[in-house]
Amino acid sequence: MRKIKSGCDLEKWREDILSKQKQNGVVISVCGGTGCHAYGCKKVKDEFAKTIRKKRNDQTIHLKFTGCRGFCERGPIVTIQPQGIFYQKVQEKDVPLILSETVEKGKILDHLLYEDLMTKQSVTSEKDIPFYKAQCRLVMGNNGLIEPTKIEDYIGIGGYQALAKALFQMKPDQIIEEIKSSGLRGRGGAGFPTGRKWEDCRKAPGEVKYIICNCDEGDPGAYMDRSLLEGSPHSVLEGMIIGAFAIGGSHGYIYVRHEYPLACKNAEKAIIQAGKAGLLGNNILGSGFSFDVEVAKGGGAFVCGESTALVASIEGRIGEPRSKQVHMVEQGLWGKPTNLNNVETWSNVPLIINKGSPWFSSIGTEKSKGTKIFSLVGKVKNTGLVEVPMGITLKEIIFDIGGGQRDGKPIKAVQTGGPSGGCIPASLFDLPVDFDSLTKVGSMMGSGGMIVMDEGTCMVDVAKYFVHFLQEESCGKCLPCREGLKRMGEILDRITEGKGDAGSLSLLEELGEVVADTSLCGLGKTAPNPVLSALRYFRSEFEAHVYQKKCPAAVCTPLIQYSISETDCTGCGACKKVCPTQAIQGDKKQSHRILEDLCSKCGSCKDVCKANAVMVQ
Amino acid sequence: MERKTVNVTIDGRSLDVEEGSTILLAAREFGIHIPTLCYLEHLSPYGGCRICVVEISNNGGGRTYIDTSCTHEVREGMVIQTGSPRIIRARKMLAELLVASAPNVKVAQDIAARMGLVKVRFPFEDNRCILCGLCIRMCYEQMDGKALGFVGRGMGRKVSMPFEVRPDTCRLCRGCDYVCPGVIVPCQGIKDPGELCGRCVRIEDMPTCCPMGTFGCFCEKNPL
Repeated sequence: MRKIKSGCDLEKWREDILSKQKQNGVVISVCGGTGCHAYGCKKVKDEFAKTIRKKRNDQTIHLKFTGCRGFCERGPIVTIQPQGIFYQKVQEKDVPLILSETVEKGKILDHLLYEDLMTKQSVTSEKDIPFYKAQCRLVMGNNGLIEPTKIEDYIGIGGYQALAKALFQMKPDQIIEEIKSSGLRGRGGAGFPTGRKWEDCRKAPGEVKYIICNCDEGDPGAYMDRSLLEGSPHSVLEGMIIGAFAIGGSHGYIYVRHEYPLACKNAEKAIIQAGKAGLLGNNILGSGFSFDVEVAKGGGAFVCGESTALVASIEGRIGEPRSKQVHMVEQGLWGKPTNLNNVETWSNVPLIINKGSPWFSSIGTEKSKGTKIFSLVGKVKNTGLVEVPMGITLKEIIFDIGGGQRDGKPIKAVQTGGPSGGCIPASLFDLPVDFDSLTKVGSMMGSGGMIVMDEGTCMVDVAKYFVHFLQEESCGKCLPCREGLKRMGEILDRITEGKGDAGSLSLLEELGEVVADTSLCGLGKTAPNPVLSALRYFRSEFEAHVYQKKCPAAVCTPLIQYSISETDCTGCGACKKVCPTQAIQGDKKQSHRILEDLCSKCGSCKDVCKANAVMVQ
Repeated sequence: MERKTVNVTIDGRSLDVEEGSTILLAAREFGIHIPTLCYLEHLSPYGGCRICVVEISNNGGGRTYIDTSCTHEVREGMVIQTGSPRIIRARKMLAELLVASAPNVKVAQDIAARMGLVKVRFPFEDNRCILCGLCIRMCYEQMDGKALGFVGRGMGRKVSMPFEVRPDTCRLCRGCDYVCPGVIVPCQGIKDPGELCGRCVRIEDMPTCCPMGTFGCFCEKNPL
């Protein structure tokens, strides 16, 4: 690899890379995100490599192993450029066919195309798929274009251009001004204005300043930070270097949980490559500015996503938060001014520097600018990572991008912001998604988890799940979070077992408010959100559990009963065979019945019954 | 030497307090009582029990927030309320949580009584350790022992020695014992689970429960 010593050198290198790329014919990109890995994309990629090698025509076919493309549900995903063909659910056995038919003859393989769920028509190119159509993939876009482990790919698409611009054409104050006027807010959840944080950190007295990238993503069902760091580690790095230059930082850390091995690996590789290319280390691009980055691996504690706990963890102490009256920008890592931003925030920085703040602030709402990546999961047809402009309505995300209900039951709520977020009922789906409007309805942006729930989801059960999650993840330092969440979990357990009494709900509310008021860190302060918001919008469900001892969604097993409709039962005996507790009686061709005492309420009978005769109440 | 002071308002009283002091110290200096549990003079503030929470407004108007007075430093113009309804409610709930988890720890009983609790709505447990961390800070900061620390997370959190073996740095000074609120003879007053005796605030019953003003006791001689 060549060492870049100036901005001109960088441009020359880019031209070299681009001129080489022009000669190429077909580019086959296999998605190499963690989601696709689970589907076996490594095998598909190896098969491609093997087959291409056999044919000995590598001159015209180029294979890329890219980062996550977001549509993880349909993995492994393969795209073929320049035609822009999008193949989904590609298996090893499809590889020779793709090479012989699509690549050589230009024929499109119908069985690998995405089928539009509404029109039942096959869609050839990525941009026509409804899941991608409504998205605005500014940050995630790079993922599909480049191979994360090759710095040349990133340079080829204009990478490190923003860094050169920041180093040679801008002063640190100008950069901060640019970020401030862009209106970029922290993507980690709280939405603190990034420019203001940088400014405070720059002004904080101190020779040594630290820059940290927070990739300790722990929300159940959220994985946008991982995908970004895996798929485009150089954009994160570039953002960090620009930030360090603006703030005056000399050393940086990328804090990644060790459960993200690919993200760790790719980030480490990117750091080594950037160092070798002269984009990191001493005298970056000959500008005289020096900055180092290293990867700090976390043990995977949810609380370590909290800034003070994260810093404690890097320092080698227990990952526990401390009182935050003195901000991180004044006293952070090892008592030095520290600027911590989320992966997504850092990835936005090169974009803003490249395209300017007016462009960036033209996207989004008045107080929330730019785009946000959400991980859309739950009871919708299309799940995966979606990047949308701020201000888009929940309806658009859930119905246009997500494709609406999956199991035939109407959607009733969406839970945003991970375990610390709240549940938003379907009646509020016209709500524009931005930091302030989500907070107003009792939820939050959080890191961007979005779990869609339909009528088959019990809100008490959801609240219970999140409280138990946080109770396990609480560090235990402060009393309200440790004891309060435990007690909230106990109360919810009792309610779902049908043992709730008249005082349960008010006690739950009172406890929730006190925990939110008095907890030490963000984890505890937001922990009661799922419970409080569920109580606010779905109180009738809680009341049904407490007073009628019924679970309207038929989820809480102690409160439901299985029975077989005499009129519908055909007496086929399928349920009798699968029942693990022999609780079903009845002769062949005769109506069957369930013995309540023996029934373990597993639901197997309902699953196998073809006549829909098994009823749940 | 001249002391630099800042002006703050605590419970409606305008006070000049030493710069850099915490709200708790400032309040105590002027005789305003804020209950504490995990705080002990000469040990670093920990902010774990949250009993000493106060309602703070940075400039007197607008948004107020709650933070622990033991960790929060005074700033010019701060307006602090130590006994607003929001605070009283929070402290009561905290005391209830505390006493439910450790009903036989005297300090927990004292604080519960002090908050006027008569009934606990949570099932009782019998923890002897309230995880206040006093022993750890005593060992680390005063005795230079570094023999104790927290292990585990959340409900599995406990005080322990490295790998549960007494290290050489422990000189058996018993400093940890000395500060531990859990080793004080527990209240003898409770009879039925779920009930609190509240004798510490009834002077005639005092001797059986509270041998006069020991650490953390809030009897009528030292009212809120």
